[in-house]
Amino acid sequence: MKKVYINSISSITAQKTFDNSEFLDKLIIHENQVVFAVEPNYKDYIPPAAARRMAKGIKMGVVASKMALQEANLEQVDAIITGTGMGCLRDSEKFLSAIIDNNEQFLTPTSFIQSTHNTVGGQVALELQCKGYNFTYVHGSNSFESGLLDAKMQLELDEAQNILVGGVDELGDHTTKLNKIIHHIKDEKISSMEILNSKTKGTVFGEGANFFVLSNKKQAFSYAEILSVKLFNTLDHTELNEIALSFLNDNHLSVEDIDTVVLGNNGDVEFDSHYYQLTSGIFKNTQQVCYKHLIGEFNTASPFGLWVASKILKNQTVPGALKKNDLATSSFKYILLYNMYRGENHSFILLKSC
Amino acid sequence: MEALKQELKENIIEQLNLEDMSVEDIADDDMLFGDGLALDSIDALELIVMLDKNYGIKLTDPKEGRTIFESINTMAAYITEHRSK
Repeated sequence: MKKVYINSISSITAQKTFDNSEFLDKLIIHENQVVFAVEPNYKDYIPPAAARRMAKGIKMGVVASKMALQEANLEQVDAIITGTGMGCLRDSEKFLSAIIDNNEQFLTPTSFIQSTHNTVGGQVALELQCKGYNFTYVHGSNSFESGLLDAKMQLELDEAQNILVGGVDELGDHTTKLNKIIHHIKDEKISSMEILNSKTKGTVFGEGANFFVLSNKKQAFSYAEILSVKLFNTLDHTELNEIALSFLNDNHLSVEDIDTVVLGNNGDVEFDSHYYQLTSGIFKNTQQVCYKHLIGEFNTASPFGLWVASKILKNQTVPGALKKNDLATSSFKYILLYNMYRGENHSFILLKSC
Repeated sequence: MEALKQELKENIIEQLNLEDMSVEDIADDDMLFGDGLALDSIDALELIVMLDKNYGIKLTDPKEGRTIFESINTMAAYITEHRSK
């Protein structure tokens, strides 16, 4: 089987991450219940005629894709795999609101056409004129990881050589209101720098697009090798340490081999205990890194964790704002990522420097 | 008639997300499809719904659309003659 490498990364989030020459050098400290993505100049990447029907999520996805291809020095890929938890939420809300507001009359086509979950994957393919494998995974907080696993298997078997994989989700006004009502979004505004120590229920929601070119050909500019990806729909959080150990064992590694663990803590007092199992358990003496306090929680926030881990392995440094504990690491070889949302859809990703 | 033309231009810009255009950019006799504003078949559907919703005009023969949606002038003339609201 061939090895799988991350050859390029791109990110659009509530931080100015679209400038890939930086690594969270200038932080934006938000104080809110939802945080919106900092947008690049879309016109630099998408012709106005094509952009006029695209909602924010589509624009973010298309631009992040193009950025990832540019960095990988590629004009084409063999496959496009997208993960999204909620799809094109704004157009879905627009279309559904129109049904209610107009008593099921006068429905226009644009928002309906653009509202499907695979719109981003389709638009990316149209922009690239890519007629290869195109698949969109919709599976809560494992949407991106499902796509990542698909890409990894195809590359390992040499069914494809370069695959564009990404995750994208956008905030929608109505869905935000609903998430506030059910307290999945915090009742109070909170600073980005206080989220990880929050003692209240719910989290801060965000949005963004993170794309990667994965390849079975290592390049001088490759970020990392993806050793393993494992997904769980449900698991008993009291067994997390054993499950993590077993995952490492399957990859012939021990806890001591892991230089940094990248965690999906989102400041929800009800569910961050999952992460605490690991941070106070087998990884209590390992450097711990978190990222969702800077970009908010959304179903495809976890690929930003992969962006962070890729940057750490390439730059061999961790920005202070990401550090969960005071333990330092002098060199980074292996990074373990663990993510879940509200106790479901857990994922482990294991990276190695290259 | 002039007020209707102004209203049509505003609605077209908003409904069709012509983000970079203003009312001043659309002349009354500009071709809406083809060489003019370069609208497409999805836009045509949006315009048909707009006629129904805003002016109570139901287009049953798609061929009619070709002449009605030729320009702001032709749209305004058709709406003035056929509107029920």
